[in-house]
Amino acid sequence: MIKIKNLQSGYNKSQVIKEIDMSFAAGEITAIIGPNGAGKSTLLKSIFNLCDINSGKIFFKDKNIKKLPTYDLINFGISYVPQGRQVFTNMTVKENLEMGAFVFKEKELINKNIEDIYRKFPILKQKQNQNAATLSGGQQQMLAIARSLIQNPELLLLDEPSLGLSPKMMKEVFAKIVEINKRGVTVILVEQNAKQAVEIADKTYILENGTVALVGGKEILKSKKIKDIYFGGV
Amino acid sequence: MLSAYIIHLLILIGIYLILCLSLQLALGYTGLLNLGHIAFYAIGAYTSALLTLNGVPFIVSFLMAGIVSALFGYLLAFPTNKLKGDYLALATLGFTFVIYAIALNWTDLTNGALGLAGIPKPDLGILQIKSNASYLFFVSIIAVFSYAIINKIVKSPFGKVLEAIRDDELAVRTLGKNTFKIKSYSLAVSAFFAGIAGSLYAHYISFIDPSSFGFMQIIPILSIVIIGGIASLKGTVLATIVLVLLPEPLRFIGFSSSVVGPVRQIIYALVLLLILMYRPKGFYGKVSLE
Repeated sequence: MIKIKNLQSGYNKSQVIKEIDMSFAAGEITAIIGPNGAGKSTLLKSIFNLCDINSGKIFFKDKNIKKLPTYDLINFGISYVPQGRQVFTNMTVKENLEMGAFVFKEKELINKNIEDIYRKFPILKQKQNQNAATLSGGQQQMLAIARSLIQNPELLLLDEPSLGLSPKMMKEVFAKIVEINKRGVTVILVEQNAKQAVEIADKTYILENGTVALVGGKEILKSKKIKDIYFGGV
Repeated sequence: MLSAYIIHLLILIGIYLILCLSLQLALGYTGLLNLGHIAFYAIGAYTSALLTLNGVPFIVSFLMAGIVSALFGYLLAFPTNKLKGDYLALATLGFTFVIYAIALNWTDLTNGALGLAGIPKPDLGILQIKSNASYLFFVSIIAVFSYAIINKIVKSPFGKVLEAIRDDELAVRTLGKNTFKIKSYSLAVSAFFAGIAGSLYAHYISFIDPSSFGFMQIIPILSIVIIGGIASLKGTVLATIVLVLLPEPLRFIGFSSSVVGPVRQIIYALVLLLILMYRPKGFYGKVSLE
């Protein structure tokens, strides 16, 4: 579904991603793990055109999307949930969802999509008139994911959805990601919580210093490389 | 009958109201700390004055005041697109200096420091506005119309997106919105209303010169928006009335006119300071000024 070739990207002159080749199959969850500064978030931002791409190509369903503006990528079926949730805390839950739904012009379609989301996230329906700032961290994360799903993406990019969540909440968020994937949405999941991410992923990339250090399935957790990267070989 | 003095104050309130509501759209709703708003006011005043002095009908000049200002607002969005907060404030303040310098130095067009005199009262064809009472009626209609339009904008889905940009522009971009285009529209609409406020001012006072549009003039406008409360039109109305009327008693306690001006600025600064200390959201603000 998505192929990355010889990608080099970063911020202004600072290059974070160095000559990366990757591929992500449709219908799968792909986890991207690695230590801080490995370039995980920058990789997602590169796909979503939120950083500077110096060279390389990004193909989504065989079309090079490298130079497409961020606001156009939504129409191609790609949604992105940034790190730190970034819900609009001065708005209600419903207004936050409407923000995601305004890509549709007809009010009826907006309302229909919001109702669909309420069925998938019943907690958001209960709290629809509540200010988003009053939600717990996990609920805010659910809201951020729901807001992206409202656009009916084929590919969902998630940047550290477990950041700052309690273990119980983290479990709920990961269960929701699996549920979303089962409905046919391809997921690229950037995570610090390597174990949880690898467990739900079909394929995992380990990044180190802006390059791919290792790629594999669930067995990747037992590899020597992962111990070297996370624990310095101890 | 209302006395001439009260009518004068009400006209000023009407003009300031349009100016402040339009700044509220850019600053309060979109989060653009635009200190160049006075420049749009000046562009509107000069456009309208120059056109009517050259025989163009008032109604055309009035609309052109808004349109030309809106065009400048739209163009200003390009160089300032990636700027935020203090940097945007400085860049837009620079725009005020540029417009001021043009008004002062392009003497063939603006008559420089001597200003433009004899700007006629509006002639609407079927209706000639000669008395201040009828001018008050006209300004009131335009002010109500401006309030209704800006209120309609901020309550619309577009208005919600503006508020979302103010709160988190990156998040809005990730939701598929072209934030640059949206901010440009907001600045253009804001400048349009500042332009028509400038036209109303020019045709009321009948004389304009660059000193009416110096950068210090942003202080009362900005004070009104902050004291009224960020993203509150109701608050802007109340703050406009309070802040236009507040310095008026000074006239009755024997200060000379050269003292009244600076004391007025001091009063605005003091009120602003007190509001920021004790009521950071202003009268009816939805969000704190950060």
